[in-house]
Amino acid sequence: MKKFLVVLTLCLMSFCYPEAQTQGNTNVRVYNNFARFEPLLHQHNDTVYLINFWATWCAPCRKELPDIEEIGKKYSGEKFRILLVSLDMAETLESTLIPFLKKNNIQSAVVLLDDPDGNSWIDKVDKLWGGSIPATLIYRNDERLFIDKQVDFNYLDSVLTLKFFKP
Amino acid sequence: MKKFLAVMTLLVGSLTISAQVKVGDIAPSFSLKNVDGKLVSLDDYRSQKGVILIFTCNHCPYAKAYEDRIISLDKQYRSKGFPVVAINPNDVSIVPEDSYENMQVRAKEKGFTFPYLYDATQAVANAYGAERTPHVFLLKKSGDKFIVAYIGAIDDNYKDPSAVKVKYVEQAIEAVLAGKNPDPATTKAIGCTVKRK
Repeated sequence: MKKFLVVLTLCLMSFCYPEAQTQGNTNVRVYNNFARFEPLLHQHNDTVYLINFWATWCAPCRKELPDIEEIGKKYSGEKFRILLVSLDMAETLESTLIPFLKKNNIQSAVVLLDDPDGNSWIDKVDKLWGGSIPATLIYRNDERLFIDKQVDFNYLDSVLTLKFFKP
Repeated sequence: MKKFLAVMTLLVGSLTISAQVKVGDIAPSFSLKNVDGKLVSLDDYRSQKGVILIFTCNHCPYAKAYEDRIISLDKQYRSKGFPVVAINPNDVSIVPEDSYENMQVRAKEKGFTFPYLYDATQAVANAYGAERTPHVFLLKKSGDKFIVAYIGAIDDNYKDPSAVKVKYVEQAIEAVLAGKNPDPATTKAIGCTVKRK
């Protein structure tokens, strides 16, 4: 019975809904305080994590998103994970964020961080960050790189190749 | 060029654009056009104890969330010698909603009690190193100059004024009025980037 449930769950999650592949990622976990979110910035393994802070209302963020998605595709064979951290208000999850992810067919993992006391946690992402978005953190264990400006495919590709996935 | 930027990033360990004035620095002067068509200069405030200089704009949700609180700050502190001066530093070709005409509309709609100036070339935002909207620089009069006394957020909760625990700007002004240094003298907040040409 348990096994059946597991199979059924997996089935519901993916296999039975092939269109889910084309609708974008709509499974968004909400973090109401930074402390619970923080471990995602300090995962100790050999994977490279690209953490992008953005919001649906942020125009430069929307502009760089397709490039980040392309990077996700290019490095899908590597130990590489993308996490899009939406700073939209939690109240707008259903009305704004989920429809945006569907419409733009976003495949990367998405979480929503809604901790309005930015001053208490911005330094914990990176001391050099003033708090404007977009901002991107790329890390593998203690190797960290912080970028507080809009990125694009070539830029990220160069950084990943030169620093994290040396040929 | 992209590759060059990437290499530079790796050399310095990060790439950030901030080069802002620091607390204790002399405040850069400015002279910008207000929504009423007249020029407003920092020099016009010589008789005040200070100025609450706020880089803000029309379109940004964080800026909108703080509009009423900025009006309250002006009403509360203008009589104590700390009027608000707001500056929109966004390039209109990037954000049409932040045009001078739309500033006039917004100022009228909200009944702004303070000047709302247009920094069309970002020259003033660059002089201060304003990174986002809203971004506050509290200036205090010292001799014949203005000194930066506090840089950062208005308070610690952008989305819910009733849940605010610390009103950073008010706290900083009260400190200055009491002849003390604001603590904290700088804070950070999430906000929209200043849209530079």
